[in-house]
Amino acid sequence: MSFAKLSVSALAIATISATASYARDNVQVAGSSTVLPYAAIVAEAFGENFDFPTPVVESGGSSAGLKRFCEGVGANTIDIANASRAIRSGEVEACAEAGVTDIIEVRIGYDGIVFASQLTGPAFTAFEPSDWFNALATQVLVDGEIVDNPHQQWADFNSDLPAVDIAAFIPGTKHGTREVFEEKVLLQGCEDTGAMKAMMDGGMSEDDAEGACMAVRTDGKSVDIDGDYTETLARIDSNAEGVGVFGLAFYENNTDKLKVATMSGVAPSTETISTGEYPVSRPLFFYIKKAHIGVIPGLKEFAEFFVSDEIAGGSGPLAEYGLVSDPELGDTQKMVADEQVMDASM
Amino acid sequence: MTDLSAGGVPAARPKSSLLTEDARTKKRNAAERRFKNYGLTAVLLGVAALIMLLISILGNGLSAFQQTYVTLQVELPAETLDKEGNRNRDEMAKVSTFGYSPLIGAAMERAVAEAGIETELAADEQGDIISREAAAQLRNFVLANPEVVGETIEFEFLANGRIDGYLKDRVNRESAALDKNVSPAQLDLTDALQEEGILEKRFNWAFLTMPDASGQRPEAAGLGVAIMGSLYMMLIVLGLALPIGVAASIYLEEFAPKNRITDIIEVNISNLAAVPSIVFGILGLAIFINFAGLPQSAPIVGGLVLTLMTLPTIIIATRASLKSVPPSIRDAALGVGASKMQSVFHHVLPLAAPGILTGTIIGLAQALGETAPLLLIGMVAFVREYPSGPPEGFFDPASALPVQIYNWTQRSDPAFVERASGAIIVLLIFLVSMNALAIFLRRRFERRW
Repeated sequence: MSFAKLSVSALAIATISATASYARDNVQVAGSSTVLPYAAIVAEAFGENFDFPTPVVESGGSSAGLKRFCEGVGANTIDIANASRAIRSGEVEACAEAGVTDIIEVRIGYDGIVFASQLTGPAFTAFEPSDWFNALATQVLVDGEIVDNPHQQWADFNSDLPAVDIAAFIPGTKHGTREVFEEKVLLQGCEDTGAMKAMMDGGMSEDDAEGACMAVRTDGKSVDIDGDYTETLARIDSNAEGVGVFGLAFYENNTDKLKVATMSGVAPSTETISTGEYPVSRPLFFYIKKAHIGVIPGLKEFAEFFVSDEIAGGSGPLAEYGLVSDPELGDTQKMVADEQVMDASM
Repeated sequence: MTDLSAGGVPAARPKSSLLTEDARTKKRNAAERRFKNYGLTAVLLGVAALIMLLISILGNGLSAFQQTYVTLQVELPAETLDKEGNRNRDEMAKVSTFGYSPLIGAAMERAVAEAGIETELAADEQGDIISREAAAQLRNFVLANPEVVGETIEFEFLANGRIDGYLKDRVNRESAALDKNVSPAQLDLTDALQEEGILEKRFNWAFLTMPDASGQRPEAAGLGVAIMGSLYMMLIVLGLALPIGVAASIYLEEFAPKNRITDIIEVNISNLAAVPSIVFGILGLAIFINFAGLPQSAPIVGGLVLTLMTLPTIIIATRASLKSVPPSIRDAALGVGASKMQSVFHHVLPLAAPGILTGTIIGLAQALGETAPLLLIGMVAFVREYPSGPPEGFFDPASALPVQIYNWTQRSDPAFVERASGAIIVLLIFLVSMNALAIFLRRRFERRW
């Protein structure tokens, strides 16, 4: 009867384990895949130098991370959500409904978005937002008229760019990076070329015009990459004429394969991004559940360690990896130390 | 036959012989040859795809089993590492890894000077040849052996990923000139150190035992936690899916009445086998984590989810092997007075066991390679702590082999491509040996009737 005994005991174990309450002793982090490498570096250093266990860091995207963050309070929910954008008011409400009310917002620094192509490929060395708008928008302004995008080659609208077919690899719509790309490049280019004004003169409302400006053509000239930057790199590798959108940190790790282009005449680097000269950047955040501080061992220590000068400062390992350190890091450190929560009325 | 000839003048049939092919025979034979060729092409295509896959994986991944190490004499000054002089672990733990890095840099500089190697590199650039993991390695060693403080010890460090890449032909002088993380001068120094025997490349056990490492330390990343996590999950799957699956199959096959309800159950089990595995992940998140309150990222939840996924496979295989036991065995047992249960457990089950084991092993192999359901229960994560021993370890965070591969393919440092392919090789070895075991058991114990 060993099988019967075995199955009974296995079932018993399953039930016991399902009802057992347990205390978690490691910090649990989830969220943006852009923040993941930084969080992993910090978690590693934290585990090495403190007597707390190394935090567990999951990826999955900003929205997914914040959704799990807002599931409630308790050891079976995450303590920290990483995000490559600020939390939305809808998410704050969802959090509040589930009982997650006191949220500490921590800005860890800035991330630059760069435009790079194959090292030995055509000379894509200088872009303007208008170039990207002209290359990728569904509708562009040609000779004072709004027409369906007729451009086949980069040189069609800017003779300084190489005369090769347009092949752009941009982040898919689920990425936080896409939002920044649309707002800071496409919309900007739309305004610069006068297309936005022409659209509004043509009777569109401002919102509709903005939407039309950020609509990306679907004829295959622009390819959405839903995976990671490694996928964009693989596409660029096999397509000499392709241009891709990358994070600065990713580019810095692959300078032997990629060459980066300037945007509005500014080359991307941690310096130009921190001064704000380079236009396409965004802040990176993580959010802490205040209710978990003091319950999950090491949570506050981890957060303080994350924003400490030796980690997130200008010469720390995060900056070395490609994070643009925050000039107002001191304020953030104070905020974390004081456990200052976000204004609930936002 | 006679009727035919009686029907009139027989048509002037062309003279034919079995030895000479006529047009229709030729056509039929040609069709057969063509079909054989199609089949052969299909097989060759499959084999070619497999060979290409293997070449690409082995080509990229075999180097992951080799690693570059640097052996240095490190001075461990008591005044910086143990200010109180008590050799007390807790006091010494206050010195962070940032306090140990300069010691390694100094040791490197001294080694270069002692070997008489001329280099124009600054001290910190020389130190960059060593992995960023080194300070942590040294600190852990010192904390574990406080008596070495104040002495000079010989210590083996990992070399930086780019230097390791240079010895594996992934990095060369042209790419180094363009790379911000390594310079050609550092490669020159590497060559010199290798000649002196300070730096060497050899087999990398650490790849199988070390935990994952962050994007800055590809050289230190290993599969230790992932292998443990996968092992724990397989133990749970085996411990739950086998008894439950076998009990369900025996009941359905031997005891249950054949009626509409059992038919519905049967159809649903087959349907369950075809459900996409991500669905089980969603179920696991809802039931095991949100409802039952089990921890995230833990092998217990992963194991339970994979159990649900493997159950149909095991039930189908078990029922098939129970069915293949001839009814005469059951009848004979019942005939000599055995109860139904005795006939099943004493006679039918032992005969069906090889088939059940084969099905279980194949189900386990399938579960071992599964990533999608683990995505939602938090196992696709950066985990550096080894889970403790079972059973508590089932509740500690862990990673899994396929998840580790997925994670590494997303890292920006090109050295992780090698690690990911190396992990694929390890996973393939596990899968092949499990399948080989299944075949062996079948060959060895299966009885044909």
